[in-house]
Amino acid sequence: METRQMPVTGEFRLARPETLDELASLLAKYGDGAAILAGGTDLLVKLRSGKVIPRVVIDLKQIRALSAEIIEDEASLLIGCLALLSDIIADERVRTFFPVLAEAASTVGSVQIRNRATLAGNICNASPAADTVPALLVHEAVVELAGADGSRSLPLKELFVGPGKTALKKGEIVTAVRLPKPKEAYGSAFQRLTRRRGVDLATINVACLVQASGKVRFAFGAVGPTPIVVDAPDGRLADPSLGNQDRENLIAPLIEKAHPISDVRASTDYRAAMLLVYSRRTLEEALRRLSNNNRGA
Amino acid sequence: MQTEKIPITLTVNGKVHSIDVRPNHTLLKVLRDQLGLTGTKECCSLGECGACTVLLDGRSVNSCLVLAAEADGRSVVTVEGLAVGSRLNRLQEAFLEEGAVQCGFCIPGMVMSAQHLLIHNPHPTEEEIKEGLAGNLCRCAGYPRILAAVRAAAEENGR
Repeated sequence: METRQMPVTGEFRLARPETLDELASLLAKYGDGAAILAGGTDLLVKLRSGKVIPRVVIDLKQIRALSAEIIEDEASLLIGCLALLSDIIADERVRTFFPVLAEAASTVGSVQIRNRATLAGNICNASPAADTVPALLVHEAVVELAGADGSRSLPLKELFVGPGKTALKKGEIVTAVRLPKPKEAYGSAFQRLTRRRGVDLATINVACLVQASGKVRFAFGAVGPTPIVVDAPDGRLADPSLGNQDRENLIAPLIEKAHPISDVRASTDYRAAMLLVYSRRTLEEALRRLSNNNRGA
Repeated sequence: MQTEKIPITLTVNGKVHSIDVRPNHTLLKVLRDQLGLTGTKECCSLGECGACTVLLDGRSVNSCLVLAAEADGRSVVTVEGLAVGSRLNRLQEAFLEEGAVQCGFCIPGMVMSAQHLLIHNPHPTEEEIKEGLAGNLCRCAGYPRILAAVRAAAEENGR
């Protein structure tokens, strides 16, 4: 009954460790020959295309020390590395403290992808276009790491080194994402440009956070080899009475760090032009939400 | 290299199967080739078209992006699992009544995505139906009738 179907390219061993120690020995043994599997929505595509040809695929989902839970403490939310995007989107604490993360995660792939994909996987795939990353960056997310030399924390913005490249050391994995709870009222928004709405990578994406004190922060994706986060130097952008042109004049220097490329999704010039427009629109939406939040309080 | 088969136990459409699967075989491949359930379709194999959508522990997933071994100990529902005996479920009936099926290739995936949507959201808005099916492509472009079928099935919920 064998039908003509492609298997996943190549042969590999599948390991399902149950402890971090077992994981560490597997990673030490196989080195670059190991591929890590959490949700698999990026990995299986790469296995099939031959972009990744591992000797062993290591499924993290049986490891008891790793969690799919979201835990709240006084100062932060801790999102376990096995937490699914669907569960993060639906989580009331995420929606209360970090609505921009739910907003951004809702744009990833499709329902089927979000039912399988993890936040940590979206981060570790290190795509410059990852939609959840700008939302995490404006909130100064920190990644919790575990490896052979023990555990450490790293600001998320320091994790990205290049397209598909992270600052993870050999044998190190992301065990959780920590989001510090905001200390003052704020408005936030995420927007992205795509060719079609579902199942498309962002041509560009933007997250913006405006705090009640006037502090404005942007994070941009798909406009450089890594996601970019920038703080406005002063509070002028938070002035709700500014016109479009004034806003764009103030945003222009903030997007100078962006160096978009031309690819199948858009040209360099189009990306640069749209980055300005989407930054302004995302700022406007964040300001509108801040003002609604203040009215509600 | 140790790439021998892995013994797994999974429940498919209510029936328990204990089988050996290859590490590099997807759930899709095992459903079709080892279990003979060819209602689930293979198309893009990239998680973009949704033709291979099944429910895994009640959640819609692209079975082309799940390794068969990952389904160990879990429960799968395929399009074959919706009808009771020879009686189609309401959603399947609605697809027929609305003429939502043209070539038919995308329909098993469409139905499974719609099934997931209506389980979690029995009264979806038009926008929610569209978002619920955004991961399923129909190259006959029969979308309006597919949406009408899901709407018709949803309208009967709670009556």
